[in-house]
Amino acid sequence: MKRLLKIYLDKPELAGIVLLIILIAVFQVTSRGFLLSYDNLRGVLGLLPEMGMVAMGVTILMIAGEFDISVGSVFALAPMVMAITNNMGVPFVPAVLLGLLAAAGIGATNGMITLRFGIPSFITTLGMLFIARSITVVISGGFPPLLSADIPGWIFTQYIGLIRMSMFWFAGLAVILAITLSLMNLGNWIKATGGQIDAANAMGIPTSRVKMFCFVLCSMLAGFAGIVQVLRLGSPLPSLGEGLELQAVAAAVIGGTSLFGGIGTVVGAIVGALLIRVIDNGLVLSRVDANWFKFAIGSLLILAVIGNTWLRRQSRRIKLET
Amino acid sequence: MGQLLQFDGASMDDSKTTAPAADKTPVIELRNVSKTFGEVRSLSGIDFKVYPGEIVGLLGDNGAGKSTLVKTVMGYHRPDAGGEIFFKGKPIRDWSVNRARSLGIETVYQERALAEKQPIWRNMFMGREPRTKWGLLDVKRMKSESARLMTEHMGFTSAAVHPDNTVMTMSGGEKQGVAITRALYFDAELVILDEPTMGLSLTETKKTLDFVGNIKKAGKSAIFIDHNIFHVYPVVDRLYVLDRGKVAGVYTKSQITMEDLIDRLYRVARTGSLEEAKPA
Repeated sequence: MKRLLKIYLDKPELAGIVLLIILIAVFQVTSRGFLLSYDNLRGVLGLLPEMGMVAMGVTILMIAGEFDISVGSVFALAPMVMAITNNMGVPFVPAVLLGLLAAAGIGATNGMITLRFGIPSFITTLGMLFIARSITVVISGGFPPLLSADIPGWIFTQYIGLIRMSMFWFAGLAVILAITLSLMNLGNWIKATGGQIDAANAMGIPTSRVKMFCFVLCSMLAGFAGIVQVLRLGSPLPSLGEGLELQAVAAAVIGGTSLFGGIGTVVGAIVGALLIRVIDNGLVLSRVDANWFKFAIGSLLILAVIGNTWLRRQSRRIKLET
Repeated sequence: MGQLLQFDGASMDDSKTTAPAADKTPVIELRNVSKTFGEVRSLSGIDFKVYPGEIVGLLGDNGAGKSTLVKTVMGYHRPDAGGEIFFKGKPIRDWSVNRARSLGIETVYQERALAEKQPIWRNMFMGREPRTKWGLLDVKRMKSESARLMTEHMGFTSAAVHPDNTVMTMSGGEKQGVAITRALYFDAELVILDEPTMGLSLTETKKTLDFVGNIKKAGKSAIFIDHNIFHVYPVVDRLYVLDRGKVAGVYTKSQITMEDLIDRLYRVARTGSLEEAKPA
């Protein structure tokens, strides 16, 4: 019993799941049963992968002890690179890869600057937020390019019943990342690097390379998510993903990721992203003024951190014996 | 004060402290090692040896060169020209942190040894995780080995602590125990203990010193650096006293009482010499 309680307390994402169920129940009532209807679920689940992927990358980077708030700009830059190179005659798949490469380049730059100069990644990526956005607008020339009609965007956007194709990409990535984090030595290294970098260094873990990997991974996931969204919308707006960075950090934190590194899970990131989507959708369906959305997210964020800190303190009091 | 530290454990039977046999090869030997940083000479002409199964204490005031000497052993510093480092009798030229680690020199830091938020089983194998044939972490083995090590080597009676507990839940002495046990489990030849008892309560200090005894039981060696002579003296076999970058004295424990040693440390701090000034 004590054991189960501790397992529960140790996993803040479980608290998130409970909250999610409660909110779904509430909104189900206030929306007069429309929330869980087929059409609405289709819509909510169709949008989830885009923010979910960004949240997963941000979460993993936060576990490694670093921040990335440039993800919203990378979310716009990667599809812009893809669209422009595609319009210049580069075939679809290489164009997507070029978009991802641009994202990886941003991530690598973030990592290099942060590690080389020993400055907080919050600052590095705040700078990059402006830089990457600027590059996006400049290369777009001010006019969003149209995607050519023969692009096989269906591999991300096609609906199969309830599920959009992007959900499969998202789920696949989530499984790979979850396994990496909990069952690969790289995952152990990421947690150790964010948890106690001196200890990790002393044990021979290449902490700089671990962080570098997480920066690049985070950027690439954001870029990929942006590409998925643009294929859904049909055109890469230069203003895409503005404010997304803060939602992604909020999702990570609501899902139990620690701001100080070392703690967090992929499931938590997904639960956090889902919570944000459900609140967004639920408020609209309940005919609440849409401007309350940010109020709700803000309150949830603060409460989640207070709650998680409390849970962790309770858990620490319980010492397991066999 | 001395009686407060009556512990059990192999390290404590100092009646028969073994003087290192002269024919044994030291695990590590520094010969005529000097280290200069710009104008400042931190070490000059140090001769330093640690024999297998020996716990060597390193004493000295602030600025005596303790940390420079230890960092040289750890591979952070290379000795100036003319100094030599031998590992098990073999001269090592390309001395570096990685080289020292690969030869089995492990350092146990007080506060920074473990990732506090991770469970014990993840810490025990940090950086050297066992894997299954699928390339995934062998979690089962990591947990069972951690449990075994904690009961067998750390004296947690019948698994009083579960490997799933986060390190944060452990006391300071227990944390040191995990770090020392980990070093021994991975075949460290020489464990460097950098002020392992700093800031610990009396009972936690006792636990830590018991763990230091385990190093000797396992037939491995250790260098014990501490300001507190009351902690160092009971567990070590030999003592080096450093002063202003030089070895001011080397004592086998049977040669010197703690009181005498304390007198000498005060004297060396005042006059720079361990011996009483000869009357003119």
